[in-house]
Amino acid sequence: MIMFVMSEMMFFGALISAFLIVKSGNIMWPPPGQPRLPIGLTAVNTLFLVGSGVLVYLSNKSLSRGDKVGAKKLLRYAIICALIFLGIQGYEWVSMLQHGLSMTSSTYGSFFFMIIGCHGLHVLGALLFLISVYRKFSTEAFRPESYWGGQVFWYFVVGVWPVLYVLVYLS
Amino acid sequence: MSFWEKYVFSTDHKVIGLQYMFTGLFMAAIGGFFVYVFRMQLAFPGISVPGYGEVTPLAYNSLVTNHGTIMIFWFAMPVLIAAFGNILIPLMIGCDDMVFPRINRLSFQIFLLSAIILIASFFVPNGGFGGAWTSYPPLSANAEYNATPLGAPMWLIAVALEFVAFLLGGINFITTLMNARAPGMTMYRIPIVLWMIVIASILFMCSVGPLIAGAVMLLFDQTLGTSFYNPAGGGDPLLWQHLFWFFGHPEVYVVLLPAMGIVAEIMATMARKKLFGYKTILYSVIATGILSFVVWAHHQFIAGIDPRMANLFTVTTLLISVPIAELCFVYIATLYGGSITFNTPMLWALSFMVEFLIGGITGIFLGASGVDIFFHDTYFVVAHFHYTFVPIAIIGFYAGITYWFPKIFGKMLSDRLGKIHFWGTIIPFNFIFIPLFLLGAAGQHRRIWDFSNYSDLATPEFFNLRVIATVSLIVMISFQFVFLFNFIKSLRSKEKAPKNPWDANTLEWTADSPPPHGNWPELPEKVYRGPYEFSHPDRESDFWPQDEPGPDPDDPDYKSGYSPDSDIESSSTKA
Repeated sequence: MIMFVMSEMMFFGALISAFLIVKSGNIMWPPPGQPRLPIGLTAVNTLFLVGSGVLVYLSNKSLSRGDKVGAKKLLRYAIICALIFLGIQGYEWVSMLQHGLSMTSSTYGSFFFMIIGCHGLHVLGALLFLISVYRKFSTEAFRPESYWGGQVFWYFVVGVWPVLYVLVYLS
Repeated sequence: MSFWEKYVFSTDHKVIGLQYMFTGLFMAAIGGFFVYVFRMQLAFPGISVPGYGEVTPLAYNSLVTNHGTIMIFWFAMPVLIAAFGNILIPLMIGCDDMVFPRINRLSFQIFLLSAIILIASFFVPNGGFGGAWTSYPPLSANAEYNATPLGAPMWLIAVALEFVAFLLGGINFITTLMNARAPGMTMYRIPIVLWMIVIASILFMCSVGPLIAGAVMLLFDQTLGTSFYNPAGGGDPLLWQHLFWFFGHPEVYVVLLPAMGIVAEIMATMARKKLFGYKTILYSVIATGILSFVVWAHHQFIAGIDPRMANLFTVTTLLISVPIAELCFVYIATLYGGSITFNTPMLWALSFMVEFLIGGITGIFLGASGVDIFFHDTYFVVAHFHYTFVPIAIIGFYAGITYWFPKIFGKMLSDRLGKIHFWGTIIPFNFIFIPLFLLGAAGQHRRIWDFSNYSDLATPEFFNLRVIATVSLIVMISFQFVFLFNFIKSLRSKEKAPKNPWDANTLEWTADSPPPHGNWPELPEKVYRGPYEFSHPDRESDFWPQDEPGPDPDDPDYKSGYSPDSDIESSSTKA
């Protein structure tokens, strides 16, 4: 899993560096005539995602203490937080499209949808993994190793988000 | 077990390795047919090529593009890393299978899907993608430039899927080598070929992310009309070149290292000598791997990058020849003073060194940014990278398959037919590419459909060299049927191969030939020493299997019963 996260890091590293190269090649950024991204709403959203990362961490801590019920409860809250994050993201995308920012309207829009979309897909994938772990939690099929694998990937997805927020939204 | 369970949906690492190998060889046959077609067109422009027909410019582009793509991504990688990695890793470290056997099967299935998509792309309207295997935008991004509106996205999807397959395989290789070794198989007792395959997998996993990101952006440019690489829409075409070569250069070492490892195993065994400088090799390879990430822009010297940056990349490029040269010297030192058996695997291994050296040395010319301005995109470059890739993919594969054939298939290959095949491949190979060096130095450019349209390139001297290259190619391809014949003949012969035909030390030779599912009835209990203890003076037999109980001569406490003086003393007392 760590090897996989490493190649994922390179993947996002490439997207970010591509974004920075193109950004530095344009004098006006964001390009004129393009809508601005919702900084405030996304800041709240960031809190939800980071919060869910913290909850997963706490859930793991109570699991290692042997408190399986508490761990499951915390994981449930983490999943709810992540669902809220994805919901707000979806709402944001729809409103951005209504304001005229799309894949083809400018490289600004292309990069926004590309980077944030890739991240969103990763959140979705990691979330499905966590949900499957959650469903197995109190059964015998539960394996702490697979929960740990899901956590590593979740921490990666959560950890890369603030970087993207600063680079894509705040610049 | 039914046939389907045993050979198609198997989770046995050896069967998956063979699936990779045969798919790779099938793709290599396609790539070989393509090169035959377009070399005929270059030597005899406008003729109707036997077995294909007339070559249009569009078809020419598609053939050249897909020849390169297939040979690197669908032949060199599956055969050298996936096939040999799958077959050798569990056998050589003494475990029953890969750590994730089902991920392994999934990896092959995705790979097969990618191969099918690539082959399907040759049959869509306008044919397969024709924008060169490097796929530079805007040529690759706009259908009106590359004229293959369907072939281009299909090519890109096939390449991306293939990388997903190798990503899964790579995770498996690394995890297996790290976690499933037999007791006593310490880091420095792992056979060097496994280190090479695993380091290659790590390189691949670190470099492939940027290319997948780039490929997604290129796919969006092609299909959705975004402008990541289009300057008119605020994008940057150089971006693709950076992303592609950031992957593309480590990729060279990804395929080189397994071939180097195979050669090292064969050389130590056939020279009956301990591999010289095990740790030197390991550290050189790691250094090569790290350096390979900082040389990519030497492919872009004339693409409009800053000349100061070009200088920097010249330095790093020339630096990487230091560890590679070190590997060559270490291999020569292994051979020095050995009692060498010149059988087929050893001939392949030795020819690998010789031919790869030519490729490496011409690389130094191209790595220097000043010289590269002249040589860029000429046949000199083509000859250079074929002198690296043919030894890697073709010679490396033949070396490996002739060496491990008894283990994989349980039969012996004919050595005499093997030698005929060897000389019939090596001599024409040099006759193909030495003329191309001359042509390239004289200024012949790549990716031109018909040279008779260029008066300075259409002289009889030029055409004579092209004809030599093409005729040699046909000779080389026809000698591959000798191998095919040898292969089928050995498989059908009744004579079984012994467990350890080469008197080698590594663990795979202690299993049955071919090993059953699970490899050993009981896994090797303990590994006592390194894999290359040949001709040890303390022993009667000239090899010392890794699993034979006894001391480890590399142990600092090991007391050798032999000293050079004792011979002289005993002879003097007799006198």
